Amino acid sequence: MSFDLEKAQEPDKLRRIVIEPVSRVEGHGKVTILLDAERRVHQVRLHIVEFRGFERFIQGRPYWEVPVMVQRLCGICPVSHHLAASKALDLVVGAKRLTRTAEKVRRLMHYGQILQSHALHFYHLASPDLLFGFDAPVEKRNVVGVIAEHPELATQGVLLRKYGQEIIRVTAGKRVHGTGSIPGGVNKNVSRAERDALLADWPKIFEWSRGAVRVATDLHAAHQEQFDGFGYVRSNLLSIVGKDGELDLYDGVLRARDADGAILFDGVDPQTYRAQLKENVRSWSYMKFPFIGALGPEKGFYKVGPLARVQNCDRIPTPLAEEARQAFVARSGGKIVHAPLAYHTARMIEMLHAAEVIGDLLRDDDLSGDDLVAKGPRAIQGVGILEAPRGTLIHHYEVDSQDLVTMCNLIVSTTHNNQAMNEAIREVARTYLDGKEPTEGLLNHVEVAIRAFDPCLSCATHALGKMPLVVEIVGADGVVLEEIARA
Amino acid sequence: VTAPVVVLAVGNPSRGDDALGPLFAARVASALAEDVAAGRLELLEDFQLSIEHALDLAGRERVVFVDASVAAPAPFSFARVLAERDASATTHAMSPAAVLDVHRRIVGEPPEAWLLAIRGERFELGEPLGAGAAEHLERAVAFFVEAMRVGFEA
Repeated sequence: MSFDLEKAQEPDKLRRIVIEPVSRVEGHGKVTILLDAERRVHQVRLHIVEFRGFERFIQGRPYWEVPVMVQRLCGICPVSHHLAASKALDLVVGAKRLTRTAEKVRRLMHYGQILQSHALHFYHLASPDLLFGFDAPVEKRNVVGVIAEHPELATQGVLLRKYGQEIIRVTAGKRVHGTGSIPGGVNKNVSRAERDALLADWPKIFEWSRGAVRVATDLHAAHQEQFDGFGYVRSNLLSIVGKDGELDLYDGVLRARDADGAILFDGVDPQTYRAQLKENVRSWSYMKFPFIGALGPEKGFYKVGPLARVQNCDRIPTPLAEEARQAFVARSGGKIVHAPLAYHTARMIEMLHAAEVIGDLLRDDDLSGDDLVAKGPRAIQGVGILEAPRGTLIHHYEVDSQDLVTMCNLIVSTTHNNQAMNEAIREVARTYLDGKEPTEGLLNHVEVAIRAFDPCLSCATHALGKMPLVVEIVGADGVVLEEIARA
Repeated sequence: VTAPVVVLAVGNPSRGDDALGPLFAARVASALAEDVAAGRLELLEDFQLSIEHALDLAGRERVVFVDASVAAPAPFSFARVLAERDASATTHAMSPAAVLDVHRRIVGEPPEAWLLAIRGERFELGEPLGAGAAEHLERAVAFFVEAMRVGFEA
């Protein structure tokens, strides 16, 4: 089984372009492109260059440590791991239903994470491309360029991010390495004073989130033809949805649609995810390739994340985000949108939804309740699934009678999108690179497609001196022919 | 009340010598507990520097960034940092200079800034702090505690 442009016939005879690491995404990724003498594209791959050994890191630890320890897997979305692990271990401690306070404190933490992550991605990682163009001078195509020309947008991005982080601090106890969520519930509520302090800033957060939907929508409309076709890749869609089919980023059942929107499966209990989802490996990447088992690896790959979620659900249960979702659907005439750059609009619709949910929760007295932990009959395993900012996140643990984790399986959001991202950059390479001399601007097109998915390739290691930013063009003999360094 | 001096210590406690930043913050919190309690020093910790840290610098007189480094001479280097746009401004893992630059553009002139880069060697997930890094940490903490007493000089 091989996809077009996944594997060249005689790779040793081709010129190799390496983009390493991909910038403005999380962690360490690498793109290789093989060209022949006429610069025709023969192979394009997004690699993950580090084996992270997450599961091995967790095995053997007491289960109650896990919600804290897993935050160290990823410095970008530690809260998502904190909550997914807690959800899985709720079942181990027999807490099939949380108290109202625990459920709502966790939801507030989660939607705070969604808000801050989406804000950072749109305003500071993606907007330079969208505002200035993929070919803009590299010195302009970054957050500093955004600050210079659109200072209000850049400032809003920082303050939205800060607000989400403050929600995390209040609910998790600390800005980083939070301990708020524990198996069976939470270890603190949100006081009235904390709610009032957050509510005082909420109106502007809400307004900025509304504005962000308009900005994303207008940017897409201004470049409709280019954006709709850029990196276009048809695929299935996967996410959890609420019990009534509504968008729910914290809890629900698994639903998948095919590329035309027909339901493939629905109402699937997260505990049975392995009956629906399979994983494939390729020799050239440490990241697995999940697929819908019934369709096989070639037809079964799917997208996750905002673009999948906004189209997989039946409705969004907050009014303004639902209005934005309906407009999004109407613009495509009800057809499923597969353009990666539409992720940005979907992401901002979700950010608005997060802002609305946060406002509702902060006014809810259940947040300040004292009943924090539920218990029940002990079980030996549990699966926790939620929708992290980048997509579906699965944590699965087995725990022995000594309370030690004996099995851990994690499928992180970006892994689900692996095939779709590879297909998107192959489409970009076909359209923009084939037959042309690669320039920094053209190579940035590849990165624009990857960034649209907001992948997290993070290992949370960032020590000074370990993040070079360079594009190398290497001959078949391994000699560097050209080096394009970023400013 | 905003403490005049803030330490921004970055790193992942579960990645070998990448723990140097968080461990530095923990050690200094203990060694300078009175300064922390009196509001003269604030210690912040994160996995990596990002744009919002620019706001943590507002109203400060001095910021000290602390991070593990594979490039710094052992046991550590200590040097002034000036606001400067660089390629890290396009990532989640920003450099201290880039954070200062965002501060300058959004808030105003940044505080006096220093980078304490502690030499590390190994950064694998699940590894403990190495013996060499542990020694570098001790010397860096002693240096900082003394600097808080007598003043900062490169």
